[in-house]
Amino acid sequence: MRPRVKIALYGLLCLLCVPFVFPTWWMITSSMKPISEIFSTSLLPSEWTFATYRQVFEMQPFGQQYWNSLYIAVIVTVGTMAVAAMAGYAFARIRFPGQNVLFVVVLIGLLIPSEVTIVPLFQMFQSLGLTNTHWPLIIVPIFGAPCVLAIFIMRQFFIALPSELEEAARMDGLGRAGIFYRVALPLSRPALGAVAIFTFLHSWNLYLEPIVYLSTPDMYTLPQALTQFVDIYRGPMWNVQLAAATMTAVPILVVFVLAQRQFIEGLAHTGVKG
Amino acid sequence: MTAVAHSTRAVARERASFWTQRRRDNLVGYLFVAPALLGSIAFVLVPLALVGWYSLNEWNVLAGTFHFVGAQNYQQLLADEKLRDSLVATTWFAAGLVVLNLSLALLLAVLLNQKLRGTTVFRTLFFSPVLVSLVAWTLVWQLMLQPEGSVNSLLGFFGADGPNWLRGESTAMVSVIVVQVIKNVGLNMVLFLAALQGVPQPLYEAAKIDGAGAWTRFRRITVPLISPTILLTSIITIVGSLQVFAQIAVLTQGGPGTSTTVLIYYLYQQAFQFHHFGYGATISVLLFVIVAALTLLQWRMRRKWVLHET
Repeated sequence: MRPRVKIALYGLLCLLCVPFVFPTWWMITSSMKPISEIFSTSLLPSEWTFATYRQVFEMQPFGQQYWNSLYIAVIVTVGTMAVAAMAGYAFARIRFPGQNVLFVVVLIGLLIPSEVTIVPLFQMFQSLGLTNTHWPLIIVPIFGAPCVLAIFIMRQFFIALPSELEEAARMDGLGRAGIFYRVALPLSRPALGAVAIFTFLHSWNLYLEPIVYLSTPDMYTLPQALTQFVDIYRGPMWNVQLAAATMTAVPILVVFVLAQRQFIEGLAHTGVKG
Repeated sequence: MTAVAHSTRAVARERASFWTQRRRDNLVGYLFVAPALLGSIAFVLVPLALVGWYSLNEWNVLAGTFHFVGAQNYQQLLADEKLRDSLVATTWFAAGLVVLNLSLALLLAVLLNQKLRGTTVFRTLFFSPVLVSLVAWTLVWQLMLQPEGSVNSLLGFFGADGPNWLRGESTAMVSVIVVQVIKNVGLNMVLFLAALQGVPQPLYEAAKIDGAGAWTRFRRITVPLISPTILLTSIITIVGSLQVFAQIAVLTQGGPGTSTTVLIYYLYQQAFQFHHFGYGATISVLLFVIVAALTLLQWRMRRKWVLHET
């Protein structure tokens, strides 16, 4: 490639990068600006303040809310991995009567965005007395429509597994469950990893469901809590909001930095939105 | 072959017992699919049936009324001007998002597929918004799109006078689309990159010898060969665009007027702000029909569009 073309390409890439990188930069730096500087154009605060980070915890039970989001996302991720791996394995490798019909029944969930069923689900959980608890945010994703994509991915993976492996395990005296647990599951780590990543992201970003189900601040999850940093006129307190927003971005960024290659390839592998 | 090694005694024993290999396999199969199956019934199929039933009833949660009204909600749906607005908004949003997202993703993927140093760094940078949590991303853009925010400061630097993005009838929708595209285009970019790397190089070299220019090579070789990925990403992006809620709720609350009231936001307003569960369910049915129709349509079109399937 000619050097002139090269320079032009680099220039184009740098220019295109701006809207991708700048908002994150702005989020972090503005969270440390005094409120009077929030609309200033300088890229860095004239004086650094961390008072906003203290305010985050004073205005809301933010630690509790952080914990809510974190533990819900972890339970949903582990639960989805278990349910999807078992169902995906059974649909891919075990022959049992009615299998195809049952698979179609499960697959219908792929056709239905979870928003379609939010009214009856809300009604169901309300009649069970489970609104303003975290149950709807945990069991619907693990067992309901959001899990179907995970089942599909796991099934595709297990279909491609060579059958010689299973025959050998059977010769060694393992039963079906044993083959699944000892042979197939350990081999499915790439697919499980992809499922884990997009399930965690999905749970972490959930917004409609929390605002429908949860009504008291100590039950809120992070996305919902972020929009509640307002002054008495309901105007947004920008710098406090951004300090809280910065803190919510941390866990995923940490995981990404630690496992960048797996992260991107895992997502490319499945073609799934977080 | 190995079956021969089975001793006849073992086979006899297996036949004698009720728990044959086949029966045990069946049981494990049913047990393994049970959680997902029961979940699908309880959280997908039953709610779907209930949505259908609710849509035939007048159900106002605040007033405490619930009674069968037949097709009345559907008649209301046909006459509802706000619904028509929301269908228009949804269409604009989906169309704008798909066109911008796919073309930008493809452009970035082609750029990053060049033999250049440092493409991993750029790849990471373009991908990074995917990882910022959705509402955090939306909030910082809300700040940047204020009349005195950084987007307008930048425009002012070039001597242009920026509008109040989120309060203008025409600019609000553009803003929501752009915020969403930049947030998620990295995912499609990664998928396109993977597809581009699967295109055999000799094809390009042969075309070069035949005198084909860069644009012709792109149109005649690249696009057909990555068409399965184009189809996949367009399905994901269209269905995803119908589900956008948080961005709208945070950035514009459906306004100004009804210019960004997409179908899901309207559904949320009717069911959970105005407490019309019956009418909300009717909108849900409409949403379901649209998503199902789109998915089936794209499934049908796959043969026409796609050169070959992997």
